[in-house]
Order: sequence, then structure tokens, then C-alpha cells
Amino acid sequence: MDFFSFFKSKKTKSKDEAKNRLQLVLVHDRANVSPEFLETLKGEILEVILKYAEIDRDEYDIQLTGVQSEDGQRQIPALVANIPITRMKHCAEAESRG
Amino acid sequence: MGEVVVITSGKGGVGKTTTSANVGTALALKGKKVVLIDTDIGLRNLDIVLGLENRIVYDIVDVVEERCRVNQAMIKDKRFDGLYLIPAAQTRDKNAVNPEQMKKLCGELKQEFDYVLIDCPAGIEQGFRNAIAGADRALLVTTPEVSAVRDADRIIGLLEANDIHNIRLIVNRLRVGMVKKGDMMNLDDIAEILAVKLIGVVPDDEDIITSTNRGEPIVVSEKSKAGTAYRNIAARITGEELPLMDLDADDGIMSKIKKLFGGNK
Repeated sequence: MDFFSFFKSKKTKSKDEAKNRLQLVLVHDRANVSPEFLETLKGEILEVILKYAEIDRDEYDIQLTGVQSEDGQRQIPALVANIPITRMKHCAEAESRG
Repeated sequence: MGEVVVITSGKGGVGKTTTSANVGTALALKGKKVVLIDTDIGLRNLDIVLGLENRIVYDIVDVVEERCRVNQAMIKDKRFDGLYLIPAAQTRDKNAVNPEQMKKLCGELKQEFDYVLIDCPAGIEQGFRNAIAGADRALLVTTPEVSAVRDADRIIGLLEANDIHNIRLIVNRLRVGMVKKGDMMNLDDIAEILAVKLIGVVPDDEDIITSTNRGEPIVVSEKSKAGTAYRNIAARITGEELPLMDLDADDGIMSKIKKLFGGNK
């Protein structure tokens, strides 16, 4: 989850693991979205992106996850996307014209 | 006019019935008039935990189906002045009662009692809906485990959707030694995740099992930490402000000796 956690000692306290896992799963529980709904959402986002760019389908990933709210008091749901672009389509069009 | 308090959890086996029995008894010991209602129809247990299993004549289904009057179904606990139990039916299912009937029953009972405590069944189906129907406030019981906390979160959502916003958390079966080692979520962790106020913490205590074996609520034992915890919860329900009990306090020479040799409690 946290970038810096990579550098910390590998053996985290089991209670911290419990807390992190709970906070993540509760984001899903509270958002109350079905897997089908999420799949539809992901599909439509992908469609839009494909109009403008070619992407690496193997690495493509959109997830509903939790991020800390601005006041740091609670977890709020967020869609986090990792969409590696292999080629922007408008560049290709410009090149072919030139 | 009294208050209707539902004791709920979502997950089974976290201590709803034990909590109901002990908080109810503790409130009665404080001089309040209390009626406990077991709404776990088909899985009746509050009677045996309280040691009143041999005195049942009528049950809650008899009351709502008007086969008897409410006070005929109420078992008076002879040990504790002001404590009564309306047992669940054992041979019927949850659909034998509906939320409207529960609302009516709770409305009647709170005219006469200071506290109407409702022991809710596990789950979120009909039994849960019945149990919360007439409730003014909720005590949410959880243990420091991921499954219980997750279910508690779901219950908070359902209580709020049903307009019950006075929700207080009881963390049950806390193991102080494990918390110290970082192997069990602590009170702050749980309260932070669930974002509800804590009303009490009950340490894991073997005496609960022996007292339940005998049908005697642990609150009568002055020495027991769990008993003290339940008495404190009852006091907070009546509006008293008490600090959380110090679960670290040494309670005997043995723990001091163990500590001296570096052992974990």
C-alpha cells in the first residue's frame, strides 16, 4: 500500500496488517458496489481511453481502493488506475499527415 | 419513560447474550427497573445464561400472538430486584414476530421500565430487523478480530439507515498481553476503523465461562475484571462518566512474580 512500507522491516505487526486489510475491505463494503458494476465502469473507462491511446493490456488495472481523507481522519473510496500507454493515437495521426 | 437499547453485533459468538445478561443485571443492581428481551427466536439462550431456564411458561411469540399478557411472560429474577426476562420462543422461527409488533411491545414496556434491553440475534435478516425496530439506541458488541469488526461496520450502516444514530461500541474479549505485543488490534484501532464512540471494554476472562456454567452473571463478582467492566458499562449507560478501566493493573502477586522474570501476562 504505502510506498515507504517497502523500506520498513519486513515483519509488520499482525495487528497492523489486520487494520490495513480491514480498512481496504470496508471501502468496498461501504461503497456497496457489485463486482458487475465495477466491471462495467472499468470497461467504459477503457473504451474512452482506447479512443486516444494504445495501452498495455497486460498491465492495465483499475481498482476501487481507499485513500486517506484530507483531514487524515478516515479512509475514503478512490478509483486508482494504472494504465500504461504504449502509443498516443493523435501523435500517430499527426505523423501520418506530415 | 424508559429507553429501549438493542445489543447487537452482526457476527455470532462475540458475546451479545453475555453482554445483555450482565449489563441488564448491572443496571438492576444500580436500582433500575430492567426488562431483557431475547429476540433470538429458535435459538433461545438468554434464559440459560441468566440461570432462568427452568422458569419459562410463556415466551415472546405468545405475547405478540396474544395468548398471554406481557406480564405473564415476564420472568422475575428473584436474585436481583427489578430484573425481568421475556424469553424467546424455541420452537418457532424469526418470522413469528414482525417489526410492527416489536415496536408496539417496546413502546408498552418502556412506559413501565427504565431500560428495555433487547438481545439481538446474529445476522442481518428478519431477526435483526425485529430486534432493532423499537430501539432508541444501540450497543454494538465486537471482538478485536477482523471478521467481527467487519460485520460491526455493516451493522452501523444498517442501524443508521433505520434512524438509530446513538450507537456505542463495546470491545469484548480483549487480550491485554496480545495487544501489548502488537498481535491484537487495540481500542484506538477499532474505534478508528468503525468511527463510533466506545462505551466499554471487557477483558477476556475465564471467569465468564465458569459464571455462565452456573447461570450467575459475572457482575456480582466484585473481584472479576470482566464484572467490573460490565458494571462500568451499565454506569455509562445511565449517563455517568467513568474513565476506561486500567486493564494493565496488576491483580496479584503471581503477575508481579511473572513480570519480575520477564514473562508475559
